[in-house]
Amino acid sequence: MALLNKKDAALLKDPLADNNPITIQVLGICSALAITAELKASIVMGLSVMFVLAMGNVVISLMRNIIPSKIRIIVQLVVVAALVIVVDQALKAFAYELSKTLSVFVGLIITNCIIMGRFEAFALANGPKRAFLDGIGNAAGYALILVIIGFFRELLGSGTLLGFPVLGDPIAKTGLYALGYENNGFMLLSPMALIIVGIIIWVQRSRNPKLIEH
Amino acid sequence: MAINTEKNSYTIAFAVVMVVIVGSLLAFVSSTLKEQISTNERFEKMQNILYAMGVNNNDESSVVFIPTSEVQTQFETYITQQFVIQNGQVTEDPEAYLIDLKREEASENPRLPLFVGEKDGKKFYIVPMRGKGLWDAIWGFVSVDDQKVIQGAYFDHKGETPGLGANIKMRYFMDDFIGESIEKNGAIVGVTVAKGNNDPVNEDKYDNEVDALAGATITGNGLSAMLSTSLKKYESFFNSLSAQ
Repeated sequence: MALLNKKDAALLKDPLADNNPITIQVLGICSALAITAELKASIVMGLSVMFVLAMGNVVISLMRNIIPSKIRIIVQLVVVAALVIVVDQALKAFAYELSKTLSVFVGLIITNCIIMGRFEAFALANGPKRAFLDGIGNAAGYALILVIIGFFRELLGSGTLLGFPVLGDPIAKTGLYALGYENNGFMLLSPMALIIVGIIIWVQRSRNPKLIEH
Repeated sequence: MAINTEKNSYTIAFAVVMVVIVGSLLAFVSSTLKEQISTNERFEKMQNILYAMGVNNNDESSVVFIPTSEVQTQFETYITQQFVIQNGQVTEDPEAYLIDLKREEASENPRLPLFVGEKDGKKFYIVPMRGKGLWDAIWGFVSVDDQKVIQGAYFDHKGETPGLGANIKMRYFMDDFIGESIEKNGAIVGVTVAKGNNDPVNEDKYDNEVDALAGATITGNGLSAMLSTSLKKYESFFNSLSAQ
């Protein structure tokens, strides 16, 4: 990457693997469990968080020298809530269909721990450009895990991907279902998302011994 | 920085300024976009009502509404009459579709809107309804013919879980209601979303049951309750139809 120096590039790359917000920092688990029954919802949530986190990081970073430390958490909350509401209203007026899909996520975005976590840990101490990259990187790391979970839950739970049947028709018994395969309804429930997160953490740590704490 | 951000007076001033700025920003955004948003909502309601009586651009498996550019004219073409029922009195009101069910539920003397549509010489009676899902409100429009058999249904929700309860607005679920009778032994009972009703392909149309969604028990129960309570409110109207 010619545009970014090594340190800035690391801001984008680290959260994808070695410093992933979900699997390493264990932030944002709540939404990772709640909305990953479908791949589409995972993707939409990932993109929404990316937008809010990048914008919010920049705003907080610009204000970092004037925010009184006693009420900094409140300020962060106000920034993220205002941002989300403005976006939600604008979508309702100009992209109504899209806003209906996203409205479910609005509340989940405001309470997402990754957002507060990055404001607190990074944006308050760094300039806007680095804060922006950090926001994109962390949201991408979050989105990556969401997409992996969403992929397996939708495939094994409903036999579809992005709503398209990929394993055949479970009622008419075509494709895999003709061989006696059944959808695992348990995959649609939240506990399975936690188990998948656990498996991802396991795979990640066994491939990278650096991450194991002694 | 010259300012001492630790001082109490600064903290209070900062909070006040922040609240004023954010408050006026949100108020400004909300008031500028209000009209556009309410137009969008009105069109959506028209699309939903038309959808319930089978006026839509559905393809094989997904829900496709009439485009918003056409919805106004289509609505005027297909919806021939709109009624408001209050205290058993049926009056015609061309703006009955604008009635806010949430507000009516709270009032002591609720107005019940009902729309009559006509398509290919067939009459549809479209009942709007509102109920509670797992997280938040659910609502819908159900059209029945004069035999009290469901001709179409549209359901929507505010915040049901994506992939689970949110699937009440999926085509395969809503289509299951078509052909179900809302009547049992002469009384309006609605349709129950049932688990394990041994009829997943929905062949029995007179059991007042459709197959439930996996992982959405509470949303399903809320939907059943919404159907029976809402349809019962219109019982006398439906009885007057069969008397004719």
